[in-house]
Amino acid sequence: MAQKYGFFLGCIAPLRYPGIEKATRTVFKELGYELVDLEGAGCCPAPGVVRSFDEATWLALGARNLAIAEKQGVDIMTICNGCYGSLFDVAHMLHEDKAKLKHVNEILAEVGLHYSGNTQVRHFAEVMYNDVGIEKIKAKVKNPLTLDVAAHYGCHFTRPSKLKHIDDPERPHILDELIEWTGAKSLNYKDKQMCCGSGGGVRSRNSALANEFTAEKLKNIKAAGGKYIIDVCPFCHLQFDRSQKDIKGYDIPVVHLAQLYGLAFGMPKSELGLEAHEVKVNF
Amino acid sequence: MSNMKEPDMAFADAVKAAGGKTLDLCYQCGTCTASCPSGRRTAFRTRQIIRKAQLGLKDDVLGSDELWMCTTCYSCVERCPREVEIVDIILLMRNMAVQKGYMADAHKKIAASLMKGGATVPFGDDMRKLRSGMGLPANPPTTIGNEKGLEEFRKIMRKTGFDKLTGVN
Repeated sequence: MAQKYGFFLGCIAPLRYPGIEKATRTVFKELGYELVDLEGAGCCPAPGVVRSFDEATWLALGARNLAIAEKQGVDIMTICNGCYGSLFDVAHMLHEDKAKLKHVNEILAEVGLHYSGNTQVRHFAEVMYNDVGIEKIKAKVKNPLTLDVAAHYGCHFTRPSKLKHIDDPERPHILDELIEWTGAKSLNYKDKQMCCGSGGGVRSRNSALANEFTAEKLKNIKAAGGKYIIDVCPFCHLQFDRSQKDIKGYDIPVVHLAQLYGLAFGMPKSELGLEAHEVKVNF
Repeated sequence: MSNMKEPDMAFADAVKAAGGKTLDLCYQCGTCTASCPSGRRTAFRTRQIIRKAQLGLKDDVLGSDELWMCTTCYSCVERCPREVEIVDIILLMRNMAVQKGYMADAHKKIAASLMKGGATVPFGDDMRKLRSGMGLPANPPTTIGNEKGLEEFRKIMRKTGFDKLTGVN
């Protein structure tokens, strides 16, 4: 029986880098997993902005997405650290605090929805590592890659580790392993776990500050010989890709792990959505 | 008296009541500030903002730009020896700042985009064309391509008062 997940798209992947969405659909189909669309799902809602403005709204909109998945009988799989951060935290809060769950359900009742607390929130990279696993994945690599790349884990994939238990928050390894299963080499570089700078509403409110973070990461990646940046978050992806227009001296293509797997599994490059990238990607 | 700042202990209590109950656990070791990538390049000092919250220095905290310099990377939370939920506390204080009317125009724009399409960013024909060309539906099956879903999303924002809070309709 094919295992299935509710595919949570979020905003940035489908609306800015659709190649990430396309590659995820293709890769999971190839692996024999069913991705179910969450009909009418909205923004996660964004942890850096909506949660900063009003926690009650953040909880209610997040609960609506959890309720849609629950109604469709699937757990949620995200392709974005931000969506993962928000939905995971909303689920945790509502599963732990019955008073909050009750309050949120009073709001959801207005739109004919109810959340009972049964949706688990997963990140696709962790699903690939834990549910799919090395053997199935390696068996599908038709086009082994020979690239030197810099992994960017981002923040909300593994942190807060007290709740997520995915990997060591200071010295994680699962993204490096996932990259190396394609044949590519995942490099070590200085301050590898540092934030890209875009989270917490900083990119929109203070892009100069966000770009200072990114510039430091780009410097460290270049010094280590990284030819590509591999991320697991469309928002980090957007920050690395678009900031290179303003941060002079870099030309490092930015690729989401799903796109890297799409390439390794033999997807036509035309379906990876590379024309949406600011920094040209010439695999 | 002129340089004295008036503490407002109700503010510290409100932060704790709203979910920042670990606030009092902070013993000012400074591991947070030392771990903060934002503080490395700005005047944002995590330890200081937590101390100000403990002391009830409401206006200092809520009106400050530094409150908005945290990228929520959780480096401080991972390393805090007292397990203070620093990011949660900062986000709660941002909620209080927004209630007092401190909200950047760029952030109001995102709130407006959420009200319009249920998404943080706008979406246009170029992207529809790119999506179709790749064999994806021109509109994704989210609030963008689902009118009923979008109406639910908007209705919830109106119900929680997000529209009035952020000045969008």
